[in-house]
Amino acid sequence: MKAEEVMIIPQDFAAGSKKALPIVLGYLPIGFAYGSLAALAGISLPCIVLMSLLVFAGSAQFITVSMLAAGAGAVSVLITVFLVNLRHLLLSASLAPYLQRLPRRVLPLLAFWLTDESYAVAYGELREGERSHLFLLGLFGTAYAGWAVSGVLGGLFGSLFNSTTAAFAMEYALYAMFIFLLVIQAGDRKLLCAALLAGLLSLLFYFLLPGSWYIILATVVTATVGVLVEKWQGSF
Amino acid sequence: MARLLLIILGCALVTYVPRFFPIYILTRIKIPKAVAVWLRYVPAAVLAALIAPGITTAEGRFYLSLSNSYLLASIPVFFVAWRTRNMLLSVCTGMAAVLVLQLV
Repeated sequence: MKAEEVMIIPQDFAAGSKKALPIVLGYLPIGFAYGSLAALAGISLPCIVLMSLLVFAGSAQFITVSMLAAGAGAVSVLITVFLVNLRHLLLSASLAPYLQRLPRRVLPLLAFWLTDESYAVAYGELREGERSHLFLLGLFGTAYAGWAVSGVLGGLFGSLFNSTTAAFAMEYALYAMFIFLLVIQAGDRKLLCAALLAGLLSLLFYFLLPGSWYIILATVVTATVGVLVEKWQGSF
Repeated sequence: MARLLLIILGCALVTYVPRFFPIYILTRIKIPKAVAVWLRYVPAAVLAALIAPGITTAEGRFYLSLSNSYLLASIPVFFVAWRTRNMLLSVCTGMAAVLVLQLV
């Protein structure tokens, strides 16, 4: 290996890692809340950490903990978690065209690390230009580490620490990040219209349907309308 | 304990399949044009679908009020994101705005 290559590898990883900073900031209060809730439900620290390390999905982990605390059966927990995480199908599909040039051996790990937040940041980066697999591993891996650590902290200190004002402000970090990413991505009129449509539809479905179906449905309907409009205009 | 471990493993499996399956398939085939166009709409649509109920509702109801700090904080975040294109600055602006709005 040439000296140059040795230099580039950690640089790419570090650059990706740096881009995960806002994600980690947003994960801290949520992971902390998950850890404290799980500890309160009588789940041992090793199991709290194991769930963060193996499942790595915020809403699903919250639901699992609250369902188990309420005495739900294993099968109903699994079905609920599956449905809640079904939206990852869309994120995974949307990222795939950009991952075709990466080494195939990193794909199973990148897929495992896919979350709403890491997806949104990665998509923005990949749209700007080519990013190496090390960059993406740095980005996704740092978010994962942040999630695991915040869960441990919640499990250990959840019962001691209680500042709702600070937690409320930190939880907003994720929405601020989503708004930033939307502003960056809705660059042309078509995407801006799509974002408006999806926002209205998600509110409609949010009030009409149970669970988190509103995200999937609003996205599927919006993308389909977009394709039909482009087809009708003869764009492809 | 053993039951909890099995549930965790089960959750891990049902979460991993939808994450991996599309990446596995769609990185192997040439994606048809209509599908590619469809996928281009996914990011903006997903983000808008996550944001809209997140900032305009609380406890399952509409919360369009001056005391909704998430909604109000979104205005400076939008402008900072638009003008500076800096993610960390946008996120910090948002958190600071929520903190200030909570305290007043």
